[in-house]
Amino acid sequence: MSVEEQVLHYPIPNDAALDPPAEWERLRSTCPVAHVTLPSGDRATLLTRYEDVKQVLADPRFTRQLTAPDAARLSAEGGLFNNEMSQIIPDGGEEHQRWRRLVVKWFTARRMAAMRPAMTRIAEDLIDDMVKRGAPGDLRADFGFPLPVYVICDMLGVPAADRDRFSYWSDTLLNLTRYKKAETEAAQGEFFQYMSDHVTARRRQLGDDLLSELIAVGGPEDGGLTDLQILVTGMALLVAGHETTANMIGKMVSMLLADRDRWERLLADPSLIRTTVEESLRFDANSGFGLPRYLPEETEVSGTVLPRGTTVVCSMAAANRDESAFEAADQMDLSRSPNPHLAFGAGAHSCLGQALARTELQVVLEVLLRKLPTLELAVPVEELEPVEGLAVGGLRTVPVRW
Amino acid sequence: MKVTVDEDKCCGAGQCVLLAPEVFDQRDDDGIVTLLDPEPGADRHAAVREAAAVCPTSAIELIE
Ligand code: HEM
Ligand code: SF4
Repeated sequence: MSVEEQVLHYPIPNDAALDPPAEWERLRSTCPVAHVTLPSGDRATLLTRYEDVKQVLADPRFTRQLTAPDAARLSAEGGLFNNEMSQIIPDGGEEHQRWRRLVVKWFTARRMAAMRPAMTRIAEDLIDDMVKRGAPGDLRADFGFPLPVYVICDMLGVPAADRDRFSYWSDTLLNLTRYKKAETEAAQGEFFQYMSDHVTARRRQLGDDLLSELIAVGGPEDGGLTDLQILVTGMALLVAGHETTANMIGKMVSMLLADRDRWERLLADPSLIRTTVEESLRFDANSGFGLPRYLPEETEVSGTVLPRGTTVVCSMAAANRDESAFEAADQMDLSRSPNPHLAFGAGAHSCLGQALARTELQVVLEVLLRKLPTLELAVPVEELEPVEGLAVGGLRTVPVRW
Repeated sequence: MKVTVDEDKCCGAGQCVLLAPEVFDQRDDDGIVTLLDPEPGADRHAAVREAAAVCPTSAIELIE
């Protein structure tokens, strides 16, 4: 076989919605630095081993400058990673750290603990509504999607009533294949205008939300952010806090219901909720594209020299199944601890909203176990279908009864 | 056990505080880690080891 023929198409399709492609194992053991072709037709280098992925994500030489002229485009249409807008938030170094510290204080463990009772109430109301409508329900549409949107809208001070528009706007950014370039651009224009109006309104009358506080800090001369940065931060938080968590809720519950023993074990011992959430994040075989990085200078990974201009794709999902990092990596172990999975990335850019996401996922399980102990999938596991083309993986629907 | 944290590395992910709230906290003004107890008692060692293992920026060092 010539080298040409060996080039893999990426993303690698999953054989089943909840199972990893067999290819991962082969790549990790025989081809940890693999050449792949992206949906755009551009070439990239795929990493699948735990150590490599973790090291690259934490290494600032691997930048997020996916707008560089020779960086690989992920899809012909662009999407999130090749978006000019994503460059407005500082990409690395001290400026990124300064931005991050202004925002992350809203996502501390203590703040999340304080928000927990409110999240629990939202979750209970959504479950009550689903039950009222009668079985079967769609855990994705009825529960997984609205919960994180309500929570992040509240933090940003934007009306949750607009959530259908947010969903559409973030989908155009996150779906790498579904939309035409013109559709994505129009949607981004609307989203930008919406946030811009919102920030202007807040500037006139500050509230007690995150964006108001960012405004209150002042401009860059006072250690704060520019208006444009505040606006893009708002957009980024809405997008980042939305489909990721929403899809994870559906996938986590599906994985637990797919094997009744798992659900029963949790019912018998709800103190396993915390480690179950971590294990679900690790075990998620359908987590989406992974993280792309661009190399402005020549660098070495796992003994392979990567020329400057290389675009690297880190598959955290493949890394999370690496036997050399996790014992019995192909088993879902609800009490696994410690669980240093890479679902939230690693290093200075690692997910800023991870304490929020963790709290939401824990609340989801706590409320479901308490209110719907008889919950079960309303279709055979084999019929669960992955959504196509998303930077973030998920299931189309999660039909359940109780 | 002696615990040290590297504030420069810390990205404020809060994992340590979620796991061992008696040992770690985060500053209100920038979310960065602070140590409440640099020499935690034996009953907290397991939680502190877990925090060090999962910290996304490897900002927690242990001397045992
Ligand atoms: C299960 C849910 C989630 C998953 C799997 C997830 C995953 C990730 C990953 C892998 C990164 C790293 C990106 C990179 O290194 O380039 C990231 C970054 C980020 N996430 Fe999340 N995320 C989730 C939920 C959230 C939530 C709820 C929020 C906030 C509302 C959020 C906000 C962010 C932000 C702002 C960044 C960029 C951080 C930076 O560049 O410093 N995420 N997320
Ligand atoms: S877990 Fe690590 S990065 Fe997160 S707050 Fe603690 S020290 Fe900082």
